[in-house]
Amino acid sequence: MTESAAGRDKRKFASAKKMRDIMTSYYIEAKSAKETGKKVAWITSGGPVEPLIAMDIIPVYPENHGAMIGASKMGGNLCEKAGEMGYSDDLCSYARADIACSLVNGGPIGGLPAPDMLICCNNICGTVLKWYEIQARYYKVPLFIFDTPFCHTGYGDEVKRYVRRQIDEYIAFLEESSGKKFDHDRMMEVGKYSVEAQVLWQSVLDTAMTKPSPMTCFDAFFFLALIVTLRGMEVTVDFYRGLLEEMRERVKEGIGAVPRERYRLLWDNLPIWYRIKWLSDIFTAHEACLVADTYTSAWCGQLKYMDEGRFLDSMAEGYTRVYLNIGVDEMIKSVLEMVDKYGVDGFVMHSNRSCKPYSLGQYDIRRAVQEKRGIPSVIIESHMVDDRSFSESQAETRIDAFMEILRESKGKRGA
Amino acid sequence: MRGDISGRRRESPGCTVEKPGSGATAIEERDEEMYTAGIDVGSITAKAAVFKDGAVLGTKVIFTGYSAGDAGRRVYEELLGELGLDASSVSRIVSTGYGRNSVTFASKAMTEIICHGAGAHFLNPHVRSVIDVGGQDSKVIILNGEGRVSDFAMNDKCAAGTGRFLEVMARALEVDLADFGQLSLVSDEPSRISSICTVFAESEVISLISKGEQRKNIIAGIHDAVASRIAALAKRTGIRPPVMMTGGVARNIGVVKALERKLELPIEVLESAQTNGAIGAAVIAARHG
Repeated sequence: MTESAAGRDKRKFASAKKMRDIMTSYYIEAKSAKETGKKVAWITSGGPVEPLIAMDIIPVYPENHGAMIGASKMGGNLCEKAGEMGYSDDLCSYARADIACSLVNGGPIGGLPAPDMLICCNNICGTVLKWYEIQARYYKVPLFIFDTPFCHTGYGDEVKRYVRRQIDEYIAFLEESSGKKFDHDRMMEVGKYSVEAQVLWQSVLDTAMTKPSPMTCFDAFFFLALIVTLRGMEVTVDFYRGLLEEMRERVKEGIGAVPRERYRLLWDNLPIWYRIKWLSDIFTAHEACLVADTYTSAWCGQLKYMDEGRFLDSMAEGYTRVYLNIGVDEMIKSVLEMVDKYGVDGFVMHSNRSCKPYSLGQYDIRRAVQEKRGIPSVIIESHMVDDRSFSESQAETRIDAFMEILRESKGKRGA
Repeated sequence: MRGDISGRRRESPGCTVEKPGSGATAIEERDEEMYTAGIDVGSITAKAAVFKDGAVLGTKVIFTGYSAGDAGRRVYEELLGELGLDASSVSRIVSTGYGRNSVTFASKAMTEIICHGAGAHFLNPHVRSVIDVGGQDSKVIILNGEGRVSDFAMNDKCAAGTGRFLEVMARALEVDLADFGQLSLVSDEPSRISSICTVFAESEVISLISKGEQRKNIIAGIHDAVASRIAALAKRTGIRPPVMMTGGVARNIGVVKALERKLELPIEVLESAQTNGAIGAAVIAARHG
């Protein structure tokens, strides 16, 4: 689908450059931590980052780095290297790319700064445990494991006490590893920024309820970086305030992210990082807008449990009840809510061989969505970073067929 | 159940030319005087079909070779030549298959999922599920009461369970692929091929050969392995009868029988199984004329 240069310009986000600048300074600061005497902690994407910010320890995310490696199409080579090191291709490609990168300092930013400590929260998967143990041995640094029990349905008292206690242990670990005293007042401030940024991020995602939607999930995959890496910082709050304004402006002017939006779709699972543009183009050509996704909302989906007045207590629950740490029935509920909220016509599921907890149960979720909302769905298989695993013609045929079905089911003749 | 439906057109896998109107089945929304064509460029073969007045006038199958675009043009031109038609009399062409976007002279490209659904529905309106097994993939297509595709599933990006898998096995066994079906039917004890990977299955087959296992049993084992994978895909997608099988692999009676056993359902296979996608494309071209 061709569009005029003016049309394309209109669809560009002014906030994109701002975010790139913030991320660049963040990585420069992290990479020069040795010179500035700051401590660096590597942390999992779903881990409680706020205490690190409160302690002025720079959080670094191997998963965000993995996404950058994937988006730069450098995942295949690094995963090949991991294969040479003995890691199976069936493992998570974030883990493989990161482990290989530690050895060769590859990737788009020449590798991550070496960590002074590692924070591993298993609310997103079990792979992170082994992955961080490997890195703890390699870098010879202390590792803190924040264990969040799986919440099939509710959040019981035992779990509540168990997780809350670990927050105190976590703080003690940080004090010991950094040689600094924890400042509770500063923590309250960071907590406030964190909740505020999450509220703003949710509001940004909510603008996609408008028809046409001012953004696609591919935009959300991009703008996600700050809420993942720097939630709890003022700069993040400011950034999302600006982004929200920009989105609302687009809504007011009726600017859709996809020219001639006719179909509204929901994306499930992590992005296929090395195919973002390809996917975006193919859906745009079908006049389909991926208005929402189950992934980027994971960084604001727990707001209902958060209370900035008692941040550390509520954080325990918020971090334990993330999308990937709840039962399939709860996931189905959450997906159906999104289908209704965003007015979704079809469901695109990425069966991500890298991420087992995300991909297990997808067929059940798919069936439930089809039965309860009667909307068609499609499953695409890949690894989120390892581009050697992607079959373009297979994916294209599936997406085309899905869109042909969707067109017919919406009663619009395709030919 | 195997064979075609009484009163419908039959054809050989190569080419059959029929007189317009013979065995014709009326379809809705047809344009009386219009020729339409469907071109299905697959990974191994390219197929074409010409359609007029609710009937298939002829079909043609050639090997795809290196260039999908050339194969699409060649199979179409050869079929037109055999039918004595001029390209100008064809009002609309729909291309399909993996090479669908390489057929630049087509009016529209549609996926083989929709085309196989349309082809099967045209040939037997009662069909509710289509199992299409071609050179590089297998698909299960579920049709609603109106013959529209309501759901589908494709095999993972892996050759096991596809025509290519059978080709590799035929080479390892030094048997003509065309004899595979009949040979497997006389097996009294199918070998167990446990591997789900083409490469590993090939080495498994070679080790069975070296142990002196009979060809017919190995072939029957291969068919069971292929059928298992397709049956799992079919069950996952919610297959429902009546079931039709299309695509080149439908010509292999051994796979069809093994699948019928696994699914516990009869499978209808028409002579036109291999050209079903091209027929469906021609039908769609007529419908949207």
